[in-house]
Amino acid sequence: MIPVLFVALAAILVVSSLLVILHRNPVTSALFLVLAFCSLAGIYLLLRAEFIGMVQVIVYAGAIMVLFLFVIMYLNLGHDVEGGVAIAVRRGVGWVLGAVLVVEGALLLGRGWATGPVTPGGATPPGGNTQAIGLLLYSRYLFPFEITSMVLLVAMVGAIVIARGRGPSAPAPPAPAPPAGAPAPAPEERA
Amino acid sequence: MPALLNNPDLQFVLWALLKIVVILFGLLGVVSYLTFAERKIAGHIQARTGPNRVGPLGLIQPIADVLKLFFKEEFIPAGANKVIFHIAPMLAVIPALVTFSVIPIGPAFTVTDLNVGLLLFLAMSSIGVYAITLAGWSSNNKYALLGGLRSSAQMISYELAMGLSTVGVLIIAGSLSLVDIVHAQRNLWFVVQQPLAFVIFMITAFAETNRAPFDLPEAEAELVAGFHTEYSSMKWGLFFLGEYANMITISSIAVVLFLGGWNGPWLPDSLKFLWYFAKLGALIFFFMWVRWTFPRLRYDQLMQLGWKVLLPLALLNVVATGTAMWWVLNR
Repeated sequence: MIPVLFVALAAILVVSSLLVILHRNPVTSALFLVLAFCSLAGIYLLLRAEFIGMVQVIVYAGAIMVLFLFVIMYLNLGHDVEGGVAIAVRRGVGWVLGAVLVVEGALLLGRGWATGPVTPGGATPPGGNTQAIGLLLYSRYLFPFEITSMVLLVAMVGAIVIARGRGPSAPAPPAPAPPAGAPAPAPEERA
Repeated sequence: MPALLNNPDLQFVLWALLKIVVILFGLLGVVSYLTFAERKIAGHIQARTGPNRVGPLGLIQPIADVLKLFFKEEFIPAGANKVIFHIAPMLAVIPALVTFSVIPIGPAFTVTDLNVGLLLFLAMSSIGVYAITLAGWSSNNKYALLGGLRSSAQMISYELAMGLSTVGVLIIAGSLSLVDIVHAQRNLWFVVQQPLAFVIFMITAFAETNRAPFDLPEAEAELVAGFHTEYSSMKWGLFFLGEYANMITISSIAVVLFLGGWNGPWLPDSLKFLWYFAKLGALIFFFMWVRWTFPRLRYDQLMQLGWKVLLPLALLNVVATGTAMWWVLNR
């Protein structure tokens, strides 16, 4: 049962990943990427990593790809850019990166690696792997975890700064009526 | 044949399929009568009688409605992305049905007890955004597109507060399995310990199901019919089905997380599922009651509420619950 499911999910993953880069319509590409993430989540489930599988769907398929789609639709990218210098540069960079990836893959395949059992047996700690991940994250990997959240915080502040623009020319959001009893909002100070 | 039936794998699959069939058809039947209930409740709230012509007390009305939907002309706008236009309505229904597989209905009836059940619910509700977004985009209609964009922004914003509001419950129950969460409420419903989280969860539930007062994506006065402007016939019917199925699913989650699931006095274990259905019915009635009594929020008010009120409150609740649990455990 599990090998059959694995082959099916892996086939979907490979085909949809290929379609992500081969399809001309950006929205369709994004949707195939969602499908790829979902089948990857399925493979995680087969490995009994339920927590990672679900987080994969919530974070990548559910949040990040929705934002991608949002941007694609908002900019109304009907089709990919077809010509010009920019596309030549992009193609060149793509070929170089692709070559690096192929070399890396070839090196890895040449080295060979030990194959484990198809299904990890007895590896699940008491309390499920959610608890195990939580304990590791907040003890052994606490420092990397905090650093990651700092990076995200910096990115968030940066995004807000960019979105607000500079100076008084930035469009002010429509002032909402303050709820009864609430103190009047302080006037915004702008240099 | 008997030898085949003794195979435990096959037994497991058959048993699961049976449960799925029962839940699926039960849910679809309930949805069609929920539309009837909604129209009746709307009628009585507005001092009318509601539908009462088809069959005794109007009880056959939903069947007439479904038949009508089936025989409507199917229309696909010019310039629409046909494949995505077809997929979007399906995506509206599937996540709600998938979530139902982890909801404990009674002490002995859960399709599957996943140890990450709550995460499955969050994952499926985040997938549900695609239906509306894609429907709006693929219709090649500016009103539909605006409806779709509004909806994606709204659902992403409210999902955060919803996820955080469940964390308090998780801290107390110590498990992501919905069955364990129900068991943890044997003596006291979590709504008593987590009143703030319950209020936040219910508000975000209205936003997630796109129902009034958060039905911005379909705001008739500004956007015709929002994301489903161009949909007709059974494809429109699927969106309708999705909305009601979502309402049932999210009410079920609220019952499981905050109202004790199937826990209740008096009944023996075999009949405890009646408690679940009673609580579910009360919550769904609440959903309809709110829809017909509150006006719609303006879009910027909706965003302000989500990001500046609900999200900080939910975070505060997590911190407060964590501190309280730490104090209780270390006393």
